[in-house]
Amino acid sequence: MKGSLPTKKKFTVSPAPHFFSGRTIPKVMWTVAAALLPALAASVIFFGWRAVRLQAAAVAAAVVTEAVISRLRRRPLTIGDGSAVVTGLLLAFNLPPDVPAWLAAAGAVFAIAVVKQAFGGLGFNIFNPALGGRLFVAHSWLSRMTTFTPPLTAETAGLDAMTYATPLGAAREALVERIPSLWNMFIGNTGGCIGETSALAILLGGMVLLSMGYISWRIPAAYLGSVALLTWLLPVGEGAVALSPLEHLFSGGLMLGAVFMATDMVTTPVSGKGMLAFGLGCGTITAVFRLYGGNPEGVSYSILIMNAFTPLIDRFTRPRVFGTLKKGLWPRKA
Amino acid sequence: MSRVRLAPPFFVQIRSGSVKTRSFQGGIRIDDFKRFTERKPIETLPPPPKAYLPLKQNAGSPPRPVVEIGAEVSAGEVIAAPSGAVSSTLHASVFGKVSAIADHPHPSGADSPAIVIETAAAGNGFSGMEPMVDWEGAAPEDIRARVLEAGIVGMGGAGFPAQVKLEPPPGKKIETAVINAAECEPFLTVDHRLLLEETEKVVAGLKIIMRAAGAARGVVAVESNKADALDRLERALEKEENIFTVLLTVKYPQGAEKQLLKTVADREVPSGGLPADVGCLVHNVHTATAIADAVLHGRPLIERVVTVSGFGLDRPGNFRVRLGTPFSRLLEAAGGPPDGELRLIAGGPMTGVAQRDLGTPVIKSTSGLVVLPPLPRARNLPCLRCGKCLTVCPMGLVPCDLARAAEKGRREDFAGLSGADCMECGCCAYVCPAARDLVQFIQLGKALEE
Repeated sequence: MKGSLPTKKKFTVSPAPHFFSGRTIPKVMWTVAAALLPALAASVIFFGWRAVRLQAAAVAAAVVTEAVISRLRRRPLTIGDGSAVVTGLLLAFNLPPDVPAWLAAAGAVFAIAVVKQAFGGLGFNIFNPALGGRLFVAHSWLSRMTTFTPPLTAETAGLDAMTYATPLGAAREALVERIPSLWNMFIGNTGGCIGETSALAILLGGMVLLSMGYISWRIPAAYLGSVALLTWLLPVGEGAVALSPLEHLFSGGLMLGAVFMATDMVTTPVSGKGMLAFGLGCGTITAVFRLYGGNPEGVSYSILIMNAFTPLIDRFTRPRVFGTLKKGLWPRKA
Repeated sequence: MSRVRLAPPFFVQIRSGSVKTRSFQGGIRIDDFKRFTERKPIETLPPPPKAYLPLKQNAGSPPRPVVEIGAEVSAGEVIAAPSGAVSSTLHASVFGKVSAIADHPHPSGADSPAIVIETAAAGNGFSGMEPMVDWEGAAPEDIRARVLEAGIVGMGGAGFPAQVKLEPPPGKKIETAVINAAECEPFLTVDHRLLLEETEKVVAGLKIIMRAAGAARGVVAVESNKADALDRLERALEKEENIFTVLLTVKYPQGAEKQLLKTVADREVPSGGLPADVGCLVHNVHTATAIADAVLHGRPLIERVVTVSGFGLDRPGNFRVRLGTPFSRLLEAAGGPPDGELRLIAGGPMTGVAQRDLGTPVIKSTSGLVVLPPLPRARNLPCLRCGKCLTVCPMGLVPCDLARAAEKGRREDFAGLSGADCMECGCCAYVCPAARDLVQFIQLGKALEE
C-alpha cells in the first residue's frame, strides 16, 4: 500500500487464543515454594540448624539430580521451573530432625531420579516424588527415621533422645503425660518431622495458595474432614489413648500432607468431584492406619495409595458434557 | 439504566431489586479492553482503490464467479452466485472494473481465490435491489430469498449463511429469535456501536428475522458492559410487546450460541444439536442490521463495521468499510501500525486468526482487527494435570485429556471424551500454565475423527 506505511511489516503469527492468563509452570511452582516458607521458618524455630542442614541437603540434591537427568535425557534444563526445589523442601520436611544430611540427599536423589524422572519427568509421574523419596529412606534406614528428638523449645530438651515420642506415638503407647497440649500441637512445639509439626505455619501457606487459586479447597477439606469425622466416630485400637479429632488434625504429617502433598497437581485428579473422592480416600486410609495400623502415622502411605487410584478416579468423575444427560457411573464407551 | 423489562417465565428473571446479570457454567473473566473504542462513533472510510473480494466469505460452499476479467461492475452488482444449499451471494463492493481473479491472502491465513476490482476514478455506480416495502405481509420464503440474494452471512465471525439459519429445520418450530449482542471477545465494539447508533435498524432487523423464521418472540441479549446501549434499546422497544431484553454477565464466551441460550432461556442445546432444538434462533447484531438494509432498502451486503483496536494505535476506532478493503487502510485510519514486531489479529484475541500480510482484505465475517505486541514464550510444556482447563470449559469437557488423545492419535478416546462438542473458544488454552496449544490439538482430533 502507499502512504506512510511500509509495504512489508514483520508479524508474529501464533495460534489462537492470543491472550493468556499469565499463569505459568515456574510461577505456580515458585509460589508453592514460597508458600512453604512459613513451615520452613517454623522448622528452624523448633529444630534449629538441624532443620536447615536437611533442607539444604535435600534441595541441593534434588536440583542437581534434576539437572543431571535432564542432561542425560537430552531434555531442556528444567531446574528453573522450581519443581525440584519444591520436591526437595517437601522431602526434608518429612524427615526427623536428627537424621544425617546424606540421608536427606539420598531421599531427594531417589525422589527425582526414580519417582519423577524415570516416569518421564514433571507431569508424567504417577506418585508424589517427595513421598516416594520419604518411603525409600524410611524403609532403608528404619531406625533413624523413627527416632525423634524433642524440639529446642520443649521442656524435655536434654532428655534421652530415644525416649521422646511424637504426639501420635505417645497416644499409641498410651503415654498420656507425653501427649502435648492442643496449643503446642497447633503451633508445632512437639516432636515430629521438621516441617510437619506446625499446623499454623502450614495453614498460613495453604491460605496463600488457596487465595491465588493454585490449589482447590476440595482435597484438603475432604481429607481433613474425613479424618476428623472418622477419628471421632471410630473406637481406637487396643492399648491406645484416643485423641480428639482436633488433636488428630494438628498432629503428625496430616496438615502438611493435606495442604501440600495431597494437592500436588500432577498426581491427583483433575475434576472437582475427583478431588473430593481423592480427599475422602486419603482421609479414610489415614484414619484407619492411625487408629489400627502397625505404625501410628499413615499420611504418606494413604496419599501414595490414592495417587495410584488417580487415573481411575479421573475416569469415573468426568464432568457432565453440556447438552447431554447425566451419565451413569460407568464411563461412556467410545 | 432506566428500566429493564422482565421477560415472561420462559426466561429466567434477570432483575430483582438491584441489577442482576445472568450467566453460564465455566468461562473466564478477562479485561474486555472495550474502553479503547466503545465511545468512538462509527466512521465511514472511502472505498479502497482496489477491492479484493475472496470467494470464500461464508461457511459452506463458496459462490461461483459470474463475471469475467475486464467486466465493468457497479457496487452492489452480483459477481459470484451461490453454488449449493449452504452458500451465499457475493457482490461487487465498489464501482469499477474486474482486474483479476486470482489467489490472494485470506484472513483465515491461507491464500484463497479472490475477485479483484479496480475502483473507477470517478462516478458512483450502485445497483441495489427493490426494497420490500410490504415485508410484514411477505412470505417467510420471500424474505429468506432476499437474504440469500443480498449475500448475508453471520457477521459475528462464523460467517454461516443467514438464510439457512432463518429456515426452521423440518419438524422443528422456532419460538424465539435472539439477537446476540454479548460481544464477549475483548476489544470488539462493533455490536455496541451499532446498538447505540442504529438502534431502530437492529429492532427492524429482529422483527424481519422473527417474521422469516416464524418466531413469536424476540430477545436482545446484551452484556452489562453495554448498559448505555441497553438503555437506548429499552426506549426503542417501549411499544413492542413481544421483544425483550436480557442483561448478561461480562464473561467470555457469553456470546457463544449454546452458552447464550443457556443463559437466556435456561435450556441446553443438545450435544450435536441446533438452537432450533430448543426452539430458538440466534443472530448477531450486525447480521440483523444487514438484513434490515437488504429488506427495507434493497442494499446487498457490501460493507461492514470493523473495530480497529489494540496496543500502540494512535486513533483506534470503529470503521465502516467496503468489503475487500485491505487491512493496511484500516490500520492507517487508526494511526498505525506501531513500529517493530507485532501481532495483527483478525477477529478478537480469543478466537481470531493472526495475520501475516497487510494486503489481506476485510471479509463479511471480519469483526475486528486487533494489534498486540508479540508474546515470546515457551509453548507446549508437559501438562501438569492441574485441572484448570476443566473448571473453565463451558462445555464440561476435559481439554487436557482431549488434547492428549488427539496428540497420540487415539481416535476412540477422543470420541469417548466428546471431542466433537468442543467449540474452540480457547478458555482452556488461556488458563493453561503449560501453555499447551489445546485448541489446535483438539482441532487435530476433530480432523482425525473424520
